[in-house]
Amino acid sequence: MTRAGLLDGGKNNGRVARFTPHRAATQNAQNGEKAADRRMSVAFLLNGTPVRVAGEAPTRTLLEFLREDRGLSGTKEGCNEGDCGACTVMVTDAEGSRALNACILFLPQLHGKAVRTVEGIAGPSGEMHPVQAAMVSQHGSQCGFCTPGFVVSMAVAHLNGDRVHDDALAGNLCRCTGYAPIVRAAEVAAGEPVPEWMRTDRAAVAAFAAGEAGAFRPEGSDELAEWYLAHPEAVLVAGATDVGLWVTKQLRELAPVAFLGGVKDLQAIEVQGGQLHVGTGVTIAALREAVKERIPSFGEMLRRFASAQVRNAATIGGNIANGSPIGDGPPALIALGATLHLRRGDEMRSIPLEDFFLEYRKQDRRTGEFVAGVSFPEQAPALRCYKVSKRFDQDISAVCGCFNVTVEGGVATAARIAFGGMAGVPKRALAAEAALLGMAWSEATVEAAAAAMAGDFTPLSDMRASAGYRMLTAQNLLRRYFHELNGVGVSVLEVLP
Amino acid sequence: MSMGKALPHDAAPLHVTGQARYIDDLSVANALHLAFGLSTVAHGEITGIDLSAVRAAPGVVAVLSAEDLPEMPDCSPSAEDEPLLAVGRVHYVGQPVFLVIADSHLAARKAARLGKISYRELPALLTVDEALAADSRFEGGPVIWAKGDAAGAISAAPQVVEGSFEVGGQEHFYLEGQVAAAIPQEGGDMVVHSSTQHPTEVQHKVAHALHLPMSAVRVEVRRMGGGFGGKESQGNALAIACAVAARRTGRPCRMRYDRDDDMVITGKRHDLRILYRAGVDEQGRILGLEFTHLFRCGWSQDLSLPVADRAMLHADNCYHLPHVRIESHRLKTNTCSATAYRGFGGPQGMVGIERVLDHVAFVVGREPLEVRRANFYRGMAAPGGASPPGPPEDISAKMKGGSEEVDLTSRGAALPVGSHDLPADGAVQTTPYHMPVEDFIGHELVAELERTSDYRARKAEIAAWNAGSPVLKRGIALTPVKFGISFTLTWLNQAGALVHVYQDGSIALNHGGTEMGQGLFQKVAQVTASVFGLDVGKVKITATDTGKVPNTSATAASSGSDLNGMAAKAAAETIRARLAEFIAEKHQAEPSAVTFVDGTVRVADAVYEWEKVVAWAYQARVSLSSTGYYATPKIVWDRVKGTGRPFFYFAYSAAVTEVVIDRLTGENRVLRADLLHDTGTSLNPAIDIGQIEGAYVQGVGWLTTEELVWDGKGRLATHAPSTYKIPACSDRPRDFRVKLWGKPNREDSVGKSKAVGEPPFMLGISALYALSDAVAACGDGGVYPALDAPATAERVLMAVRRVEGV
Repeated sequence: MTRAGLLDGGKNNGRVARFTPHRAATQNAQNGEKAADRRMSVAFLLNGTPVRVAGEAPTRTLLEFLREDRGLSGTKEGCNEGDCGACTVMVTDAEGSRALNACILFLPQLHGKAVRTVEGIAGPSGEMHPVQAAMVSQHGSQCGFCTPGFVVSMAVAHLNGDRVHDDALAGNLCRCTGYAPIVRAAEVAAGEPVPEWMRTDRAAVAAFAAGEAGAFRPEGSDELAEWYLAHPEAVLVAGATDVGLWVTKQLRELAPVAFLGGVKDLQAIEVQGGQLHVGTGVTIAALREAVKERIPSFGEMLRRFASAQVRNAATIGGNIANGSPIGDGPPALIALGATLHLRRGDEMRSIPLEDFFLEYRKQDRRTGEFVAGVSFPEQAPALRCYKVSKRFDQDISAVCGCFNVTVEGGVATAARIAFGGMAGVPKRALAAEAALLGMAWSEATVEAAAAAMAGDFTPLSDMRASAGYRMLTAQNLLRRYFHELNGVGVSVLEVLP
Repeated sequence: MSMGKALPHDAAPLHVTGQARYIDDLSVANALHLAFGLSTVAHGEITGIDLSAVRAAPGVVAVLSAEDLPEMPDCSPSAEDEPLLAVGRVHYVGQPVFLVIADSHLAARKAARLGKISYRELPALLTVDEALAADSRFEGGPVIWAKGDAAGAISAAPQVVEGSFEVGGQEHFYLEGQVAAAIPQEGGDMVVHSSTQHPTEVQHKVAHALHLPMSAVRVEVRRMGGGFGGKESQGNALAIACAVAARRTGRPCRMRYDRDDDMVITGKRHDLRILYRAGVDEQGRILGLEFTHLFRCGWSQDLSLPVADRAMLHADNCYHLPHVRIESHRLKTNTCSATAYRGFGGPQGMVGIERVLDHVAFVVGREPLEVRRANFYRGMAAPGGASPPGPPEDISAKMKGGSEEVDLTSRGAALPVGSHDLPADGAVQTTPYHMPVEDFIGHELVAELERTSDYRARKAEIAAWNAGSPVLKRGIALTPVKFGISFTLTWLNQAGALVHVYQDGSIALNHGGTEMGQGLFQKVAQVTASVFGLDVGKVKITATDTGKVPNTSATAASSGSDLNGMAAKAAAETIRARLAEFIAEKHQAEPSAVTFVDGTVRVADAVYEWEKVVAWAYQARVSLSSTGYYATPKIVWDRVKGTGRPFFYFAYSAAVTEVVIDRLTGENRVLRADLLHDTGTSLNPAIDIGQIEGAYVQGVGWLTTEELVWDGKGRLATHAPSTYKIPACSDRPRDFRVKLWGKPNREDSVGKSKAVGEPPFMLGISALYALSDAVAACGDGGVYPALDAPATAERVLMAVRRVEGV
C-alpha cells in the first residue's frame, strides 16, 4: 500500500473556490499598508441577534469565532477542512438559506447575512425542532459529536423542502450510527411543518443594515477589476472551500484578501443563443440547478461534487481558476466545448477552456487577470460524465472522464473527450478522439480509440489510485460510454435491491 | 421495569440541541494550549534541535524537548517504550519531538511548524516484509498455538487450498479528535479531563509522570465523541503533556490534535498479511489448517500483543478445526503504533478464516454457505454433555512475584496468568485454544437468517440477472460471527460502581465504564433503576471519575455493560436490601417479601411511595449509599500455552450482504444487508440495534473504501477525511434489515444480556465475500478472485481482471 508521487498535496478537494491564486502574500505583519488591509469590521445576525466583529484578521473562521468568542460550543470541529460537517451552520441571505461549513468560512463572507447555529435551531422557548425531536425518537445520535452538524443540515433541508436525504447529508460524517437512524429521523421530520422561527432569518436579513464591511469586499466586477489590477498579489476569496484550508491546514497568513460575495454581476446565469453563460461567482449548487434538466449527466456529476455544504459555497470560477488536475468542473466543461472568459482591468478575452490549463498548477492567466465566467452549450444529449472515486459521495475523483461524441448515420462525426486525474491538468484525450472521428461507431472503433488513449496520458500513482488503474479505468470509461449509449446498464448507482 | 426498554440515549436531547459538553467545550479560565512538533522522518537520529523560532513565535509561553525533560515521561500502556517526546531517535513520521505551550490553540499549532530538527536518517522498516527480513519484532519470536497435527492432516487431505491475503488497517475516525485538559490543584494534585476509554490508565500514567501517588490525580470523563478503541491508550500522550505543562506553568493546560495531526500521530487498526494452507475433503470440510499472521505493529508495543492474540483466538470463528496451527508474528516497523480498534484483532482473525472458507468453496465447487455450515461447531451440547471448566485460578500469588513495574491497569500488560489445561469433554468440540464451545447456536441462527433473508431464492435470482448483465454483476454472501467476550488479561474482568440514594429519592449513579456513544450509561442506569423498580429518569448519570470508582478497566472488549451493569446492580441491591430490611421490620415481615415496583415499595398490603420510604430510612439512619463490585466468573487463560477458557461466553451473529460491482471500473455498492444478532436478552433493544447497524457499516468501511496509504518514506498519505474515506450516508445498505436473536444468555450475565459493542463489527465481513462472489461471476469459475482488503474499486477491478484471465 505504499505509493509514491502524489498527484497533489492531498488537500485539494476538487471543489476549490479561489479565483486567482497567483501567489499568497505572506509575512506582511510589519507592513503598515498590509496591516491596514487586515483590519476587519463585519456585521451579521447570529441566531437572530445582530453582531459586529471588528479588528480581527479577515481570515478568522466562523467556527473559531463561535466557539472561542461566543461560547457557542454546540458547533463542533471535526476535521477543520470542510469534509465532516460537524461544524455545519445555516446561513441565510436574500437568495435563501443554505448549509455551510463554519470551519472554512471566513467572517467577512458573512457580512450582511444571518447565521443560525445548532443553538438557534430549537424554538425561542426551547421547544425542539422536528428534526431534533425525530433524532431523539429515532435514536439518531450515539456519541453525539456529529449530531449538531447533522441537525443543522437536516433543518436546512427541512426548511427548503429537500427530501433527498442522502444528498443533503453527504457532507456530514457519522462514525457511530451507520446513518440508518439519521435518515429515518429525516423521513419522520419531513412530515412535520417548518417551525415559524426557522423562517424569521429571511425577513430579518432583508431588514438588516450591515453597513460598510471593513474588509475589501467589492460590490461589482468593475470595482474588482480595478482593485485587482492594482493588487495582483492579492488572494481573491469566493467560497473559500480551498483557500480556507490554506489558513486552517497550511496555517498561512493571507494578505491582502478580497471577498467576492458582493460581486453580484458575476453571479448570474444567462441563456443566450443556445449557450449558458455562467458567471464566475455562480456556486456549484446554483450551476447544478441550472444544468440538471438541460444536461442531466453533468447535473448528476455535480450532485456528487463534494457535499451540499461545499457546493453551497464553492464557485465554478474557483473550481476552474484553481487549476487543479482533479477538479470535476473542467473535464465536463471541456467535453462540452466551453469557452472561458477572462478579465484584466478593462480588457476581456475569451479562450477555449482547455487552453487555460498549461501545466500542473500553471494557467494562462496574466498578472491582475481573473476568471470572469464560462460559456457552454445548453444542450448536450450525448454528454456523459463519469466520476470514479473511492467513495461515491463527497470524494475527489481518481479519474473523471467526460465524453461527448456525436454519431450521425452510424459514424462518429465529432468527439470531445476530457479527463481529470489523468495528467497534471484537466486534459482532452486527443488521440482517442482522433481514432473515433470519421469511423463507424462500433465496438471495434471504441477498442481502437481505447488503445489510442494510452498515448494521451501518463497518469501518476497516488493515494487515490495507481497509474495502472487510472489508465485502465479511463479506457474502460470509453467502453462504458459505448455500452451506455447502446442501452446497457452501466451504473451501480442505478441498481436497486 | 426499566431494563429492556428501547429508550433513547440518555444524552440524546443534549446532543441534538448542542448542549452536550465535550472536553474542548469546557470553559477553563486562564488556560494554555499545547501542540506537538512532529518528526518528519520515519527513522533517524536527532542531530540537532533548533527551537529558537518556535520560542520567538507569537503567543508562545514555553517549549519543551528532550533536553528540558531529564526524566522523560512514558505514554505506553504496556512496555514503557513510548517517551512523551523523542529522545535521541525518532521511530516514525509523526512522532512528537517537542511540545509547544502557547496562549491559544492556533498559536501553538503555528509555532509547532517552526521547529528546525536535523536528523541522520536511518534505514526505515515500513512493511512486514522488511520487518521480517530484519527480524524486527515484539516478543522473541512468533507466538504459536496448535491443536492436533495440522501439517499431518493437510498432507493426508484430498485437496490443499492455500493463499496469501492482505488485510488493511483502519483509522478510527472518531468525530471528536484526541483531547485533554489538566487543571493544577492545591498541594501539587492534578485534575485531568481526558477523552479516554481508560481513565485509570490516564491516572496511572499522569501520576507516574508527576511522581504523584494515584490518589493525587483525579481523571474525569463525561463523554467521548467516539472511541472505537482509539482512545484506549492513544489519549495518554495528550493527558500527560497537559499535566506536565500544567505542573511547570502552574496554569491549566489543554490540548487537542488537529485532525491531520491526529491521523498521523495516533495508532490505527493493525494491518496484516495472512498466509493460509488448508487440507480439505471433497465436501470442503477442513481437515487441517495452518495460518500465519504477519502483523504490522508499528514502532512501539502498545496493545499489539493482546490484539494479535485475539486474532489467533478468532482464527476459528464458527468452525471446528480439528487440526490447526496458528503462527503469529508481531512485527516492529517504523510506522505509527497500531492499537486497539473495535474487535481488537478479532476481525483480522475472522476475516482470515472466512477467506479460507470462501476459497475452499470455490475450489470444491460447492455453495459457500453449505461449506461454511459443514465446518460449523456442533450445536449446543445436550444437558450434561459438557463439563464446566474449573474455577479461576487465584492470580494474587503470581502477582506478588511479578515485577513492580508492570502496568496493571492496561491490557497491554503481558504477564502470564493461570495455567490450567482444561479437559475437553468428548461431546463438546474445542477451539484451537482448547476451550469447549458449549453455547454454539450458529446452526439455528444461520438457518433463521437464511430463511428471513430469502438467501437461496435471491442467490438464484442473482445468477439469472448476472447472465443478462454484461457490465454490472451482483453477488451475495452469508457469513457468521462467533466472538469471545471477556478481556483476555483475566484480572481486567472486574468493575466497581457507586450508587447514592439521596433523601428526596433521587439516585446518583457512578461506575467505571466510560460513555463514548455506545449507550453504556443509559443501559447501566436502566439496570440500576430496575433494581429499585423505578423509572430510569430517577437515576442521575454522572461522569466517570477515578475519584469515585477506582481501579477501573478500560471500557473495551465489549465489556462495558457486562461488568459495570453487574457492579451497579450489586451496589443498588445492597441499598435495596437495607431498605427492604428496614420496611420489613416495620411490618414484621421477611425482607424478601418487600418488593420495589413502579416507584413504590410494597410489603404485605401496604404500598409506599419510593420517596417516602427513602425519607423514612434516612431519618432512621439507614445508609443510602453503597459501592458495588463484580468479577467475571469461570474464566482462566494461559496466553503462553494458548490454552484455557479466556471467554465467559460467545456472542453470535450472522449477516447476508448483497452487492453490485461494475466490471469496468470496480465501483461497487452494498444493496441490501440482513443482520441477525445475538444480544441475549437485550438491556435496551434500541441501543443494541444502533450498535449493530453502526458496527456493520463501520465493518464494511474497513473492508471497502477505507484505505490507508503510506508513501515510500513512511509518510501517511491519507491523513484527512479528504483522502481517507469512511462510509458516507449513501453508503449504508439501501435495504437494511436488522433483527435481534433475543434468546437469553445461558451464562449469568447482567439481565441475561450479551455484549454488543464489537461482535457486529464483523458482520461487515459478509460484504467482502459478496464482492468476491460478484467478482467470481465475471469469470468462468476457473480462477479464484483472491480479493484483498480493503476491496476498493481498484482492488475489485484487479480481481475482475484475474478471473477474466487478462
